[in-house]
Amino acid sequence: MRVALLLLSLGAWQVGAQPLGLPPVPVPEDNPQTPEKVALGERLFNDVRFSSNGAVSCANCHASATVFTDTRPVAVGVDGLVGTRNSPTIVNAAYNRTQFWDGRSPTLEDQALHPFVNPVEMAMPSHDALLEIVRADRDYVREFRRVFGVRADEIRIEHVTQAIAAFERTQIAGDSPFDRWYFGGDENAVSDAAKRGFEVFLTDGRCVSCHTIEQDHALFTDHLFHNIGVGVNAMQGRIEELAKAFLVAKREGIDVDVAVLSDADTSHLGRFAVTGDLSEIGAFKTPTLRNVALTAPYMHDGSLATLREVVEHYNNGGVLPAGAPVNPFLAGGIRPLGLTEQQIDDLVAFMESLTSPQFEQLVEPERVSALGASEETSR
Amino acid sequence: MKMNRRGFLRRSGAAAAAGVLPVSMVRLAFGQEGQDFTFAYISDSHIQQIRGAEFVRNWDQGLKRAVAEANLLEPEPDFVVFGGDLAQLGTKAELDHGAEILSALKYPVRAVMGEHDYYLDLGEYWSELFGDQYYSFDHKGVHFVVLNSVLTYDEWTFERWETPERRMLEMAGLDNPNGSPFMVGERQREWLRNDLARIPRTTPIVVLSHSPLQKIYKGWNFWTEDAEEVQAILAPFDKVTVLYGHVHQIQYNQIGTISFHSVMATAWPWPYPSTYAQSGAFVPVMTVPMNRADPFNERDATGWQLIDVHTGRAALNYTLYDNRNRTVAYNAATGRPEDADYQHPARRIPPQAHY
Repeated sequence: MRVALLLLSLGAWQVGAQPLGLPPVPVPEDNPQTPEKVALGERLFNDVRFSSNGAVSCANCHASATVFTDTRPVAVGVDGLVGTRNSPTIVNAAYNRTQFWDGRSPTLEDQALHPFVNPVEMAMPSHDALLEIVRADRDYVREFRRVFGVRADEIRIEHVTQAIAAFERTQIAGDSPFDRWYFGGDENAVSDAAKRGFEVFLTDGRCVSCHTIEQDHALFTDHLFHNIGVGVNAMQGRIEELAKAFLVAKREGIDVDVAVLSDADTSHLGRFAVTGDLSEIGAFKTPTLRNVALTAPYMHDGSLATLREVVEHYNNGGVLPAGAPVNPFLAGGIRPLGLTEQQIDDLVAFMESLTSPQFEQLVEPERVSALGASEETSR
Repeated sequence: MKMNRRGFLRRSGAAAAAGVLPVSMVRLAFGQEGQDFTFAYISDSHIQQIRGAEFVRNWDQGLKRAVAEANLLEPEPDFVVFGGDLAQLGTKAELDHGAEILSALKYPVRAVMGEHDYYLDLGEYWSELFGDQYYSFDHKGVHFVVLNSVLTYDEWTFERWETPERRMLEMAGLDNPNGSPFMVGERQREWLRNDLARIPRTTPIVVLSHSPLQKIYKGWNFWTEDAEEVQAILAPFDKVTVLYGHVHQIQYNQIGTISFHSVMATAWPWPYPSTYAQSGAFVPVMTVPMNRADPFNERDATGWQLIDVHTGRAALNYTLYDNRNRTVAYNAATGRPEDADYQHPARRIPPQAHY
């Protein structure tokens, strides 16, 4: 896919000034950003009619009021149907090299195809059923003509997903206290605890090897897939049977998107369900850490409630509680860390310094002191 | 593991063989129908007791992962070879713990003696668990020979050390002036001569040993003192493959009709960079550091292998975690094993520069 880097400073419909700590937004050459397209995408994103019960839009699970997540462990779709995976934020998803927790989709455009018709998400019978709604809506018809130059009968699902992707590419957030300190040089932007936590992040915590940082920006992801012991730990003794059964089912033509969101065991197979690669059993994509203080609960199954639990899971070598059996396919980078309570607290403080200013009002009052300039540094 | 088995199938031109199943092995159609087969090879787990029921987690995890992955192979390998150095200091506790992990394998297991298994009690407890220290067997037209190639001079073994524990530690050391070179020994060579006497020269021979049966580097015992004599016994056969562990790295070589292949370790990479030895890492002291393995990733530069035997020649498919898998196969045109990817300078991947 050819990608042009978004030229910034073009207008508010894009991303405004480039946020500190982020690289240019990659935009596919065949789907350039325009203000009309972004506005259309936002409307489509919030349209509840694109669901079997007329009550679920993309925004149900990716709600702007909660950093485009749903705050639930796993997503809930039409008629209260419960999925298997934690809704990831769409903020900064434009930078992802693959979409979904298992990377089964290569682009934002492709990703947007699937929830409409997944039976536990929006459960439309087909993309054609969605297009019928669009073509019957005079406002939509006008907007699609403006944006894509197509008549009503020429509107295709690709136009819908291109518009949604264009909207998602405007949901970019950097400029966190960490960015203002680390990239901006403002010593007072973060607390001493966050600075100490960043040191742990780089050293004893072994975090940066996957949640990577570059010289002039930080996406906090290596875009790769790792078995870190979440979900798959509980499947021990059944992994062999499940993995083989899944491969047989896949060979016989099951829809992987449906399978992984309908069955928790299948979901926990992770990247293996996409590639069939033995070394990717139980492996999931490294998510960004930006705004992570506001996107609880954590991990692909939402099984860890707090950032402290996340750090404890890693500190124990990929298990919670400590001493629980770890799965044999565990990534080679996961090992007990021996962090002190102080280091754990500091790591959490560091992660809490990754909240972008547009979301700071969402932070609970008692946590504000951990963000931005704290008392100890602003003295 | 970026190159999965599907990629391997494509590259080896065996697309007809179960191409839709990524977890699959290759049965190339050479020779008689039903005579081609595969087996898995796991080696050098170095299970190490810290105290009581506590063992080094990293080495446990490496062996467990190889066992779990081998159990997922489809179609199934005919058997699994464990290539030696199951234990670190040859104790019952270590051998028992390792045998227990191996017991999860759902295939028959053939075991090879390593020096870490041997030099505490001269292989006595290992033999209780795994049987003879050298033997042969036939499988689908191939004659397999298992040797205990980690013996050494009697004086060193029986007279020099005041305790078995001291003897074990001295043999485990690298670049150790108190060490002694591995050898197969006259008694076993005589047995080998007799064993092979009844085998037609056209029968493919596969020799499983722990040490290389060639002379590579004496300081690390990448060495077999009587390699020339052993090779001379094997030389009359048309097709001989020697598979050995011990070196914790990929090696291959051709001497006359004999193809040599090493197998990977599940424990630590060798050599490893100085940064690999972190607190509590339990890796042996590194005498010549090399910037190769990823110090972050405990499984980097470790792995296991699936071996295809066809026309009596072996192709080793290395499973290398978070790296591109590699295949080293006998090339009939050049008459030697070759790496499918890295043989030509133009096809080499550049070394990583960021560690």
